[in-house]
Amino acid sequence: MAKLSRDDVLKLARLARIDLTEQEVETYANELSEILQYVEQLSTVDVEGLKPTNQVTGLKNVMRKDEVIDYGYAPEKLLENAPSVEKSQLKVKRMIG
Amino acid sequence: MSSWQSISTIAAKVNAGQAKATELVEQALAAIAKHEEFKAIIVTLDAAARERAVKIDARVATGEQVGRLAGVPFIAKDNFLVFGAETTAASNILRGFNAPYQSTAIEKLEAEGAICVAKANLDAFAHGSSTENSDFFTTLNPRDKTRVPGGSSGGSAASVVLELVPFALGTDTGGSIRLPASFTGCVGYKPTYGLVSRSGVVAMGSSLDCVGPLANSVEDTALVLEIMAGKDSRDSTTIERDPKGYDLENIDISGKKVGIITEYMGEGLDPKVAERIRAAIESLRQAGAELEEVSLPSLPLGLAVYYVLTPAEVSSNLSRYDGQRYGHNTPGATDLHDSYTKTRELGFGAEAKRRIMIGTYVLSSGYYDAYYKKAQTVRTKVINEFEAAFKSYDFLLGPTAPMPAFKIGANTDDPLQMYLSDIMTVSANLAGIPAISLPCGEVDGLPVGLQLFAAQKKDRQLLNFAAKTEELLHG
Repeated sequence: MAKLSRDDVLKLARLARIDLTEQEVETYANELSEILQYVEQLSTVDVEGLKPTNQVTGLKNVMRKDEVIDYGYAPEKLLENAPSVEKSQLKVKRMIG
Repeated sequence: MSSWQSISTIAAKVNAGQAKATELVEQALAAIAKHEEFKAIIVTLDAAARERAVKIDARVATGEQVGRLAGVPFIAKDNFLVFGAETTAASNILRGFNAPYQSTAIEKLEAEGAICVAKANLDAFAHGSSTENSDFFTTLNPRDKTRVPGGSSGGSAASVVLELVPFALGTDTGGSIRLPASFTGCVGYKPTYGLVSRSGVVAMGSSLDCVGPLANSVEDTALVLEIMAGKDSRDSTTIERDPKGYDLENIDISGKKVGIITEYMGEGLDPKVAERIRAAIESLRQAGAELEEVSLPSLPLGLAVYYVLTPAEVSSNLSRYDGQRYGHNTPGATDLHDSYTKTRELGFGAEAKRRIMIGTYVLSSGYYDAYYKKAQTVRTKVINEFEAAFKSYDFLLGPTAPMPAFKIGANTDDPLQMYLSDIMTVSANLAGIPAISLPCGEVDGLPVGLQLFAAQKKDRQLLNFAAKTEELLHG
């Protein structure tokens, strides 16, 4: 049975780019374990001969012409939502030390 | 009876100059202000709505026919991108986000003259069954203020039942239109997967998400679907509309074969809810429909499948909220990674974090086959059982939820218990089939929902049958 430890939760949070408080780590270790235990009922289901479903209405390779469509979104308008902008570009924190 | 006439009547009057769009917008805004205590609404679009109404009245004055929804006010769940106010999906991380474009669904409704007057509350990112997961506030059930309205489209359902507007838009990933319709007592419709474009709708579980209406009647529901349905170049999952459209036709229900889903009528179902559903079954029988029980043994597994696939898709869809391009950004970070983690710590509520981490777990190397792939394969099993049943039956039937609306706070400490509210709704999403919740009497003063299902792309047939069922239930 899946029982998540504190370290497991911290690892998941790190992978998902979420900081957690001490209290959250405790709570999630219990809650996530409970949810995983519930979904583990799937492990015993016989699916012999069945394929996984990726697309439920059977669509495949939906193509469109590779052409520019002008939706009229001005770059300035799109940048209005950005937390930090400089010279019409998104400004983010340094990535490489 | 609602204080609003049917949508087609309202639009006809506006087109004929017998009613004014400006007055209808004022009526809606006044109703919203009057019922503020129920907290159905996140924000009103006063200025934008009034401006649109003036233009519509001016067009009518020149003799123009504005459209099939001329002047009809509506409310959109706040996960639809709409001009005129922020789009937040009831989440802190999207606070301050102004949509640079609108959802296709909104564009299509506006093209027919409809006017969006407000954005409705939801569980943040549509994660929940009660609106208690909204990062802002909980919506109260119009029928009992101590109870939840259901979720995640709880604000939309409450808006219809409080008669703020004639219809509202919701999204349904695992029951998020049908459950609140059932808990508050209105009609809620989840179309065939892909029938309504999701372009401009905040994504949750992309292999399951559907857009649909909540309204006072099947007639109004069908009209809104008629306008929204169809292919959209901005959403590659969309499908062709029914060539006959979705306007209601008068059908004879005698001889229609309806399967009563055994798995939804047994253990776990509130006996008083079961009584209401059995009464509806009896009415349908007396009208000449042929009903019998049919077993779909894998349906109880649907919830486990759903709670693997949805978190997986959620963890992927919510990875875009990183605080760099739009939305909340927590200041004071030392580097980019630190900025991501601090932004997401404060920007996401407990349920979003829970789902992101479950999703991350089931998709991670070493667990992918055991959880995600297995769930997708059991999904096939569920689909096969529905397909087999629809070879023998025109429609399937069951309750929408195992119980009436629960008390606010009853499930907040137990996420798994909260998930169980969706047990009768998730399978329709897994199979991509259309499903509708109709008001079906009351239990101790609380509404009960009857759920009807049809095979994929049989939306027109389902709506026609639902309209007849509605007549029988409300005589």
